[in-house]
Amino acid sequence: MNDITILSGFGKDGRPEALPSVTMRRGELITIVGHTGSGKSRLIKDVEQLADGDSVSRRRILLNGQSVARAERQAISDRLVAHLGQNMRFVLDTTVEEFLLLHARCRDKQIDPARALGMANDITPEPILLGQNLNLLSGGQSRALMIADIACVCDSPIVLIDEIENAGIDKEKAFRYLQSADKLVLVVTHDPHTALMAGRRIVMSSGAMIAAPRRTAGETRLYEELSRQYRLQRTYQTLLRKGEHLA
Amino acid sequence: MPKRILLFSGASACGKTAVLRWLLPLLSGRTHPCVCKIDCLHSDDAAVYGRLGLPCVTGLSGDICPDHFLVSNLPELFAWADNRQCDTLVIETAGLCHRCSPATQRMIAGCVLDCTASCKTPDKLGPMLTQADFIVLTKIDMVSQAELEIISWNIRRLNPSAVLFRVDGLVGYGVDLLADWLLESEVCRSFEGDTLRHTMPSGICSYCVGETRVGAAFQQGIIGKIDFGEANP
Repeated sequence: MNDITILSGFGKDGRPEALPSVTMRRGELITIVGHTGSGKSRLIKDVEQLADGDSVSRRRILLNGQSVARAERQAISDRLVAHLGQNMRFVLDTTVEEFLLLHARCRDKQIDPARALGMANDITPEPILLGQNLNLLSGGQSRALMIADIACVCDSPIVLIDEIENAGIDKEKAFRYLQSADKLVLVVTHDPHTALMAGRRIVMSSGAMIAAPRRTAGETRLYEELSRQYRLQRTYQTLLRKGEHLA
Repeated sequence: MPKRILLFSGASACGKTAVLRWLLPLLSGRTHPCVCKIDCLHSDDAAVYGRLGLPCVTGLSGDICPDHFLVSNLPELFAWADNRQCDTLVIETAGLCHRCSPATQRMIAGCVLDCTASCKTPDKLGPMLTQADFIVLTKIDMVSQAELEIISWNIRRLNPSAVLFRVDGLVGYGVDLLADWLLESEVCRSFEGDTLRHTMPSGICSYCVGETRVGAAFQQGIIGKIDFGEANP
């Protein structure tokens, strides 16, 4: 996989999307912004499912410029795409260690559960233990483990993230683990700081892609400023959690 | 005689009706389907299929095992489908004990499975799962990708030959692939001489015929007993 192309479909009003197509390459980080209900999640689902004019949006996803045969879509999607959805909970009734080993076995891989656990514990302040039951993890712990699992076990060239800000995990560290050099990462976000992390962003409105502006020089400077603010926020958040006064 | 019988079995509330609600319009574009819903005491599903404008019949089994009830009614169902000039008969089962499956050799037998039920569930489903031709995983939006892969892996272990479909029954995602596969499946010329894929449990004891009293003196017919040899002390 070198690149994927989204060929536009139709918005919620049935009119063709303003943006005719978007091509995204490996190594790129692209964010997706827009109001609630504007179709951001639908867009990444279309990518995940390698839609071929058969989803509600009627978009088509091309892989290296080619459409993917229907019969192979599931298998190719499983191999290429890792998706961090909005789920904050696991439903599987097993331990953290067993979960990681099971998932690695599904993908014919050997992993060290302790390494994945180390990653998860690096991005959430509440320590997770290997023997803990998945169902009893908090929202933040679950998200952190899902991210570590994607980084360690999935190893897919395309990573789709439907909001990373929730659950109070360390966003910057999470991105560091998810975004290794040769991956294409798509992130749905409402947060200006996350949005400006990307060189390009896709703007959604009533189910349609309406624009894909590149980050301007001014925005790059703004991003530095927002990063400083984000770290400041994290510092206050930590103090708050410890029960200390902020000023 | 219908050319295709599509059987949708699965536990209660696993999403069988939700899948069919999206699937049937896709089938009716290219075939003439009719639907039979089997249940025990009550079912509202006929109204759902009625709204799709399809012939639909509900079979309430009452005091009889719903799977036995279904098998005993197959000849009548064929005739009914014939009368309606339908070439595809879709049957939705009641989904109860999972000890048996009313699938016959020549039906296209499907098992509907809820992702949010634990990863250990597939082992409990017996022939309904192990002998199915296709398996539909529902509520896929409720679990993480990793969990979905683990559940799929578990299912493939139990039934490596079945085709697996992942469906979000709320919005209908994934149903189009299932519809294509079903329509491409081989049609059957006759169901004459068809047999069940798996024997059904024997259930001929005094309680089957209305006994209510509890106690050894009132147990007659085929009676099974728990083996306490393996109990935890």
